[in-house]
Amino acid sequence: MTNPSSSQKPGRAILAEIKAGLLASLWICLLAFPLMTLEINPSSHTISFSASRLPFLAGATFVLAILWRFFLRRRAFQGVSKAVLKSEGLPEGLIKGPKPTWLTVVMGSRFRYPVLAILLGFMALLPFVSPPYLVNVMVKALIYVSLGLGLNVVVGVSGLLNLGYVAFYAMGAYTYALLGQYLGLGFWVCLPLGALVATLMGLLLGFPVIRLSGDYLAIVTLSFGEITRLVLTNLDITRGPRGISNIRPAGFFGLDLNGPIKDFLVANLGVDKDMDINKILTYFIILGLVILTIICVFRLENSRLGRAWLAMREDEVACQAMGINKTRAKLTAFALGSTWAGLAGVVFASHLSFINPTIFSFMESIMILSIVVLGGMGSIPGVILGALVLIVLPEQLRAFSQYRMLIFGALMVLMMVFRPGGLIQSAREVYLHKLGGQDGPQGGPAGGAARIEALNGAGRPVEGDGRG
Amino acid sequence: MADLRPAAGQAGHAGDPVLQTRGLSMVFGGLEALNNVDLEVGRDTITALIGPNGSGKTTFFNCITGIYRPTRGQVTLFPAGLPAIGLKGLAPDVITHHGLARTFQNIRLFNNLTVLENVLIGRHTRMKAGLWGALFRDRATRREEREAIGHSFELLVSYGLDHMANELAKNLPYGDQRRLEIVRALATEPRVLLLDEPAAGLNIGETSSLRDLITSIRERERVSILLIEHDMSLVMSVSRKIYVIDYGRLIAQGPPDEIRRDPKVIKAYLGEE
Ligand SMILES: Nc1ncnc2c1ncn2[C@@H]1O[C@H](COP(=O)(O)OP(=O)(O)OP(=O)(O)O)[C@@H](O)[C@H]1O
Ligand SMILES: [Mg+2]
Repeated sequence: MTNPSSSQKPGRAILAEIKAGLLASLWICLLAFPLMTLEINPSSHTISFSASRLPFLAGATFVLAILWRFFLRRRAFQGVSKAVLKSEGLPEGLIKGPKPTWLTVVMGSRFRYPVLAILLGFMALLPFVSPPYLVNVMVKALIYVSLGLGLNVVVGVSGLLNLGYVAFYAMGAYTYALLGQYLGLGFWVCLPLGALVATLMGLLLGFPVIRLSGDYLAIVTLSFGEITRLVLTNLDITRGPRGISNIRPAGFFGLDLNGPIKDFLVANLGVDKDMDINKILTYFIILGLVILTIICVFRLENSRLGRAWLAMREDEVACQAMGINKTRAKLTAFALGSTWAGLAGVVFASHLSFINPTIFSFMESIMILSIVVLGGMGSIPGVILGALVLIVLPEQLRAFSQYRMLIFGALMVLMMVFRPGGLIQSAREVYLHKLGGQDGPQGGPAGGAARIEALNGAGRPVEGDGRG
Repeated sequence: MADLRPAAGQAGHAGDPVLQTRGLSMVFGGLEALNNVDLEVGRDTITALIGPNGSGKTTFFNCITGIYRPTRGQVTLFPAGLPAIGLKGLAPDVITHHGLARTFQNIRLFNNLTVLENVLIGRHTRMKAGLWGALFRDRATRREEREAIGHSFELLVSYGLDHMANELAKNLPYGDQRRLEIVRALATEPRVLLLDEPAAGLNIGETSSLRDLITSIRERERVSILLIEHDMSLVMSVSRKIYVIDYGRLIAQGPPDEIRRDPKVIKAYLGEE
């Protein structure tokens, strides 16, 4: 089935997707049956049978199969035509943009700063009024938001399917764990170092894969992720599978947060008695990181470099013909995407205080990729929502954790058929253009130059226009 | 927007070559898709390259724009008032930077980006901002970005696509997609514009507005044009000189009315008697 589903009945398409996914998953389960079900017990010399891991494997392969099919089909979706918007009935000289969504309406209105302020205020108050458990979940969710946004640069914006993203996450985490363990370096020193290590590794991986694209790229990056995990498992310095424990939490100017500060917070702000104040600090660190990430990714997307990535995603040949250095674009995308994985890794290590190689398994890469795809490829709000949905919801639905992967898979199928663009589809920046003082759009290119100003958003000047 | 090139005719006269190939050959396995092609694009003129299907026209474009590396031969660009540049072996993006821009036989727009963004990407090679500029949006970057947006809008206005500036490229009607691809190529400020069958798939009305578009580009943009086209009436009416290839070899060259009567050309198109 290579046709885009838009021409078919959704029911049919869903069935077809499920069938293909199940077939792939059944196949893998059959292949892995002995490996996954037979347990050899060396001490009692017995072999026992246990099927408990099978549902997980089935679910995981199902999700992977669905994701894979999604990427193959994405190309087919291009070229679907919609009605063309007309510019009638608009103020003179203003050009109508695409259909507004609630998000663009709010963000384009004058309420955008109040709305953002309320949102930020809410996020800032949250850890003081919620139970420790929720703070932990939020930290985890925010870590995945920044991972998702980082991977989004590689997959969503640049169109490079990276299945080994977790390797860079691991590099960040291990950088902090090892430097802290052996050299006694603190969190704040290791944060940029972790990012640097991950970026450099991203560059390093970038070189061999420059010539690859599509499936080949996916396979090479997948192997890279697995190799990294195996290296971490087998090195002495990383203590192999036992991992590294007692990783210190982030410090705050050397203060003991669980001392008098905690007493003060508990007494005056109603903070939970059992709260580890270090977690609150971690929460704010990762929140800050997420905000920074959002700003950076937004700026990148609407810059010369980001447009080069987008062009590369859309058409590799045409992008070169437009003067874009494909090699450089690919390398920067890989390296920059990895930077955020490194940052998130450092925060993660400090948050959990214990890491081992199994945490950074292939499933983790799939998880992050699912966040990007479910949320909306290339869409910042989409990825945030995707992370919240995929991390917070399962925490609330612990009872079903056995079937988590199967539920993921089903979700993916539904998404692909009904909203192939993700929960919140990426919207391109709208530039409105006013032909100041000119009588119409007929003005010649040379004469109108000085009087033309470009606006974006809902009539707000292009960055710097008003201030310059 | 700053155009550093000297005005047309100031250095180099109209009709001098701006682009020249010598002995250009391209072999795919055993197939000689191009065989010793010598071609010249005159400065500030429209030159056409015609030939039956599969004769090697698109391959010729791919060779001079760096998508393929020619097996043999030279490609030379003569920028007005500047030393000649050998293009063979350069990467496609470098060649675009030197001033060759092209469209594709099968339209290759950036489908999921807006019309304006498509043109903005065309400005890429004339812009400088890198990672630093993207993240910190310093004053120079903001100015450059503003200028690029303005320039792109101007182009859209002058070629009648501004009312769809924020529409996704894939949602444009077919004729406008062709037009956008040409405008996007123009955004790179080319010295030579290479058009690969721009009239393919257009109806009569669209073809005639394409004719106007091509002539108006020639007048406004100080750009030389090399045109591949099957629509003979279009080719005959706009081009000053026509090259004909068949099986990768040049079989004729000259002004339109000579080509029209050339028996070798007629034979290539109509087959052996
Ligand atoms: N990458 C390639 N590998 C092998 N053969 C190729 C390649 N590209 C083109 N060819 C062959 O070279 C010959 C010329 O093809 P080309 O596309 O240049 O023709 P054309 O003149 O553009 O034809 P049309 O008018 O149909 O566009 C054809 O026989 C084609 O099959
Ligand atoms: Mg062709």
